[in-house]
Amino acid sequence: MTGEQTLSDTPWLEQGAEPFIKIRGVTKKFGEFTAVDNIDLDIYQGELFCLLGGSGCGKSTLLRMLSGFETPTSGSITIDGMDMSNVPPYERPTNMMFQSYALFPHMTVEKNVAFGLKQDKIPVAEINDRVHDILTLVELQDYKKRKPQQLSGGQKQRVALARALVKQPKLLLLDEPLAALDKKLREQTQFELMNIQEKVGITFVVVTHDQEEAMTLSTRIAVMNDGEFMQLGTPTEIYEFPESRFVADFIGSANMLEGRIVEDGPDHVRVKTDLGEVFIDHGQSVKEGSRVWIAIRPEKMHLSKEPPLKPGPNQAFGMVDDIGYLGDISIYKIRLENNQIIDVTAPNQIRPKSRTHTITWEEKVYLHWQASSAVLLTK
Amino acid sequence: MTETSALAVVDPAPPRLGAVSQLARRMQAGWRSIVIFIPYVWLFVFFLLPFFIVAKISVAELKMASPPYTDLIKWAEDGIMTIRITFENFTYIFEDDLYSKTYINSLKISSISTILCLLIGYPIAYGIIRSGPVARRLLLFAIILPFWTSFLLRVYAWMGLLADRGTINNVLIWLGLIDEPIRMLYSEFAVYIGIVYTYLPFMILPLYANMEKLDATLNEVAADLGSRPMNTFFKVTLPLTMPGIIAGSLLVFIPATGEYVIPDLLGGGNVLMIGRLLFNEFNQNVDWPTASAVAIVLLFLLVLPMTIYQYYQGKAMEDQ
Amino acid sequence: MYGRRSGFLTFMLAAGMAFIYVPMILLVIYSFNYSKIVPVWGGWSLRWYETLFKSEAVWNAVALSLKIAVINATFATILGTLAGLAMVRFGKFKGRTLFGGMLVAPLVMPEVITGLSLLVLFISLKQLFGWPQDRGFTTITIAHITFSLAYVAVIIQSRLSGMGETLEEAALDLGAKPFRVLTDITMPRLAPGMVAGWLLAFTLSLDDLVIASFVTGPGANTLPILIFSRIRLGLRPDINALATIIILVVAIGVAIAAYIMFRQERQQQRDMQIVDREIP
Repeated sequence: MTGEQTLSDTPWLEQGAEPFIKIRGVTKKFGEFTAVDNIDLDIYQGELFCLLGGSGCGKSTLLRMLSGFETPTSGSITIDGMDMSNVPPYERPTNMMFQSYALFPHMTVEKNVAFGLKQDKIPVAEINDRVHDILTLVELQDYKKRKPQQLSGGQKQRVALARALVKQPKLLLLDEPLAALDKKLREQTQFELMNIQEKVGITFVVVTHDQEEAMTLSTRIAVMNDGEFMQLGTPTEIYEFPESRFVADFIGSANMLEGRIVEDGPDHVRVKTDLGEVFIDHGQSVKEGSRVWIAIRPEKMHLSKEPPLKPGPNQAFGMVDDIGYLGDISIYKIRLENNQIIDVTAPNQIRPKSRTHTITWEEKVYLHWQASSAVLLTK
Repeated sequence: MTETSALAVVDPAPPRLGAVSQLARRMQAGWRSIVIFIPYVWLFVFFLLPFFIVAKISVAELKMASPPYTDLIKWAEDGIMTIRITFENFTYIFEDDLYSKTYINSLKISSISTILCLLIGYPIAYGIIRSGPVARRLLLFAIILPFWTSFLLRVYAWMGLLADRGTINNVLIWLGLIDEPIRMLYSEFAVYIGIVYTYLPFMILPLYANMEKLDATLNEVAADLGSRPMNTFFKVTLPLTMPGIIAGSLLVFIPATGEYVIPDLLGGGNVLMIGRLLFNEFNQNVDWPTASAVAIVLLFLLVLPMTIYQYYQGKAMEDQ
Repeated sequence: MYGRRSGFLTFMLAAGMAFIYVPMILLVIYSFNYSKIVPVWGGWSLRWYETLFKSEAVWNAVALSLKIAVINATFATILGTLAGLAMVRFGKFKGRTLFGGMLVAPLVMPEVITGLSLLVLFISLKQLFGWPQDRGFTTITIAHITFSLAYVAVIIQSRLSGMGETLEEAALDLGAKPFRVLTDITMPRLAPGMVAGWLLAFTLSLDDLVIASFVTGPGANTLPILIFSRIRLGLRPDINALATIIILVVAIGVAIAAYIMFRQERQQQRDMQIVDREIP
């Protein structure tokens, strides 16, 4: 053990910090199909790292290579300084929480949790203590004698977590840990999972297709597509500064405008689009005249029935095509002059007297946004 | 009838329509009972009833007549009924060494054959499960195929292999491993081979059906938690395939215990098995009361395994 | 790493297949042996096939067996289907437990017991009602139907429980009377199961020796009874020839069935592809 180390909140920014997991040039091919394509990744002690992507993007294959169920076609994986190339799953310092939990149906909760400890020939008394402690942690101490069939979805999920945690692995791998739960329970469990991770201090790597889950849980996220990383960063970085149209579209929703660079200053960029000029207040070295895309999040646009005081950049107008009432917010579909539909969300801060919105169908509305709101994308 | 008229009085609806729908409704209820009734009666008459007759004969006495047993109930001229029941047939079976030896030997042979079938069938079933989708189907097919050919001729095939001048002896002599033929046919060894050979699919198929439902990720979970493959097999796979093991074992054990053809053809007169004894007692010695008693005792021995099998069969149906 | 066969399993599969098929292959090879003594090779010959085809007893036995098998399969399928329907779709009814027991018991009952008990039944019936007059075709057929229907019922039951009741409920909701639902929805969907049941009952009947031996009378020899009486005394090359023909017939039948199944599956796959292409 490395002992009591004061862990920084952002170890990946520290100069000379030693990564806990080193993935170097890892590729996995199944026949002709390349599931994971030459990936490099460092994960640090105590992180809650998310691999996010759609089905078939290679996130699960990467996780299975960490747990030892798949061997990389090329490249190397090092965990805590140990090369994992020839280590079978049953000798790795990792444990995995499987999608749909895969609890042993013929064992009680207690036996399920104790299974891993028994493999290590730990004395019975210690096994009992540790099983009790971990079941207390996940609040299942009263369900010891139950069989998996007698548990609810949320309880099964916690047994699976306890079973993987009880061995105190150096690294816990979670494959879609919350996918089988319903929405309400999922949101609640996200926070439980974070609390538990904080308490046990184990490094977590989570695979998920749910961007909300990834945003809530993780210290950092890797967005994957076609076996490659599209972007790697903190949830804020990924949401606020997507580097590509794929990421901007995959994480949350974004209005995408196509345009050409008119001016590329050191601290600003001007882009000409169908809707007029867009001014962005952060610099980006792009060649003038090149084709780019602008992404603006729906909640960063403002709607108004009044025309702006003076014409300028970052403005547009259109007709309300449709309104979706979601309770906390409403989504307005605005049809622009060029027939493009722009999504704008607005919080419903005042309870409407009747069911009508202040802005209603077929009304002419004006849009504007801050110079800092738009993101320039080149790929 | 009265119900219908009562309804007609209460119900002021147009009477003709009411009558028609009444009739239709009664027919609806009627065809349901017919569906149940026909197979029910058939099984009752041709399956259950015969057992009572066998039970009756087993407590009668042997008589030189046709049928060769005495009546249990006699009506005298004056209308007095006498019932004659004898348990001599059963005491005879228990006292005669031949019968008890034969029962024990039958149970021994069927138990050992069941274990052999399990030891051979389990890895085959597991191997099929672990094969690719195409190979899996072909292999399963290959296991079922012999079932569609004649049972009798499959036993016969082994007569040719095991005979003194049969294929195996010929090959061994040709190889110079032996000088004199080994006696294999008409021995217990031959009976074991015959039972394992013909009953192996009955072991493999339930095992396969059970293993097919097995969640392969459980093996991964076990490995992830530090269990080596061998340990995983004994702690996870084996307990979870227990229903298949029990069903397959019973499907071999029960019919093998009462087997007649195999001990007769491959065991000759040298292997004592109850099915053969019963057959001969009945057909050659024409001792129906004893044969019936032998059958009742055999049934009694097999009631427990048959009940267990029925329980598992019922559970499997419900699981679907 | 997972889902792959280990060397041990592959070996067991190969050994198992050899164990199952080598004896049958040898059986076929020796049918072409000129020698009268089966395991002694005397050169290739078709003389035992000739002997076989000239034997009237064999032809009679084949005819009787086929007749029994067809009638048995047909009745067993009808009765077994009714029994399966009753067990799965009729909920609770009086005597259901006994009925279920009588449906499963024939599957595991030792043949000697079934045979013996049916024989004593037929004899008692004859004493009481004078029927059946003599034993043979009728008694064997009744005996075969009795155990075959249990096998058919198992197939039907498992198909019925696999099918679920949604379609039936939909039909009822659309106003169909229960009987119409049975004839228009349930039965057509059960058809493949009934075909499988018929074939199984047919095969079981052709294969049965013990029960037929008990309930037959003088002169009525089914094919298994005939074969058995001959091979009891030792190896007979004409029986090898008969075995070869049976194996050939089964192989052809199975190949045709497999081909039909394969084509249906291909057709289904193609349909699915078309659906995938046209409906995005």
